[in-house]
Amino acid sequence: MIKKIYFQSIFFSFLFSKEAFAAESGGMPQLNPEFWVSQIFWLTLTFGILYVVLSKLILPKISNNLESRKSQILENIEAAEKQREDSEAKLEEYEEIISKSKLEAKNIFSQSREKVLKDIGAKREVLDKQIDEEISKAEQEINNLRESAPDKINMIAIETSSELIQKLIGAEVNNSSISAIVDDLSRRNGDKYYGN
Amino acid sequence: MAANPMTQFNVYRIGPEIKLGAFDISFTNASLFMIISSLAILIIFNIGSKKNSLLPNKIQLLAELSYTFVSKMISDTAGLKAKPYFAFIFSLFMFVLFCNMFGMIPYTFTVTSHIIVTFVLAAFIFIGVTIVGFAKHGFGYLKLFVPSGVPAVLLPLIVVIEVISYLSRPVSLSVRLFANMMAGHTMMKVFGGFVISLGIVGGWLPLSFSVALTGLEILVAFLQAYVFAILTCIYLNDALNLHH
Repeated sequence: MIKKIYFQSIFFSFLFSKEAFAAESGGMPQLNPEFWVSQIFWLTLTFGILYVVLSKLILPKISNNLESRKSQILENIEAAEKQREDSEAKLEEYEEIISKSKLEAKNIFSQSREKVLKDIGAKREVLDKQIDEEISKAEQEINNLRESAPDKINMIAIETSSELIQKLIGAEVNNSSISAIVDDLSRRNGDKYYGN
Repeated sequence: MAANPMTQFNVYRIGPEIKLGAFDISFTNASLFMIISSLAILIIFNIGSKKNSLLPNKIQLLAELSYTFVSKMISDTAGLKAKPYFAFIFSLFMFVLFCNMFGMIPYTFTVTSHIIVTFVLAAFIFIGVTIVGFAKHGFGYLKLFVPSGVPAVLLPLIVVIEVISYLSRPVSLSVRLFANMMAGHTMMKVFGGFVISLGIVGGWLPLSFSVALTGLEILVAFLQAYVFAILTCIYLNDALNLHH
């Protein structure tokens, strides 16, 4: 206990002496005028130099840099704008060309289609005409044949009959009498043979 | 307590005593930190303005951001007429800011924690603004003390108040900066002392306080430089535009 009080008293005396010392030497060093003139002098000197160098050398450069950057950016923006407009115009042109060529292609296509159709039509007409002609020709031939067939048959019949008679009886028979008989027969039986 | 928290503000001579007539203009630690701050500003802004690339690098960006920051501050508070004073306000802001910030590094000296330094700056601003005001408006500048729309009965009182407030500008401007810096640094020192005296067991609380205070003080260092510059702009605005 005594030891503790002893140490405490030593501690406090140390503390107090220290504080007393501090109070003696201290106060506010700011209010000590010893170096006031020196501080004013050095402040004026350093701040003056700082001001002169900044205002004459450095700040104009910074402002210059800022200005040039601003103008450059504006220029770039302008150029970009111009390029954009250019490209838009070109795009428009391109689209116009595309639509024009599309139209052209359509025209060409329809034209050629028409032409082909016309060609086909013409050719078909010619062919049709030819076919018709041929058909009519064939029909005529058939008609001719049909018309001439009974006469020929009659003639054949007359000749064959006369030959047969000659061979059978050895006498010459007048052709006109045979033909009269054949004509008579064919007139009677013509319907049966020709189906007319 | 280990050390007196005020000893950090002591000014001491570095090198020999220099006398200019009857005045002692010896090189001191205060002078050293003024030079360091100015040199740091000049070096940073010189590098930042040297190369003009379209895509700025970090230092150039820093310089240009500071430039536009101060320029915007001036045009917002004092208008376009304050353009010629841009360089001065820029130097002022940067000088105060760098002095404050260098003071945040341990074992350094805070130039702006001395009333004489801030007072000289504020007095220079006060005198300069007054000269600008009289140069722009002649004796019409005295209308600053006569606000419009005040009843005639109150006018003498208002004028006296206005004159006092005008004259107290350099005092308030300088004391604001000086007191903020001194109080902050003293407080940090006191809490630092608590860390030592409370030891490993109890020292953690003041240590965490100290860490928080460091952040706060960095904020204050910036803020006070900003306030100093913007008040200068406002005073300049009064002198240039005179619509009180």
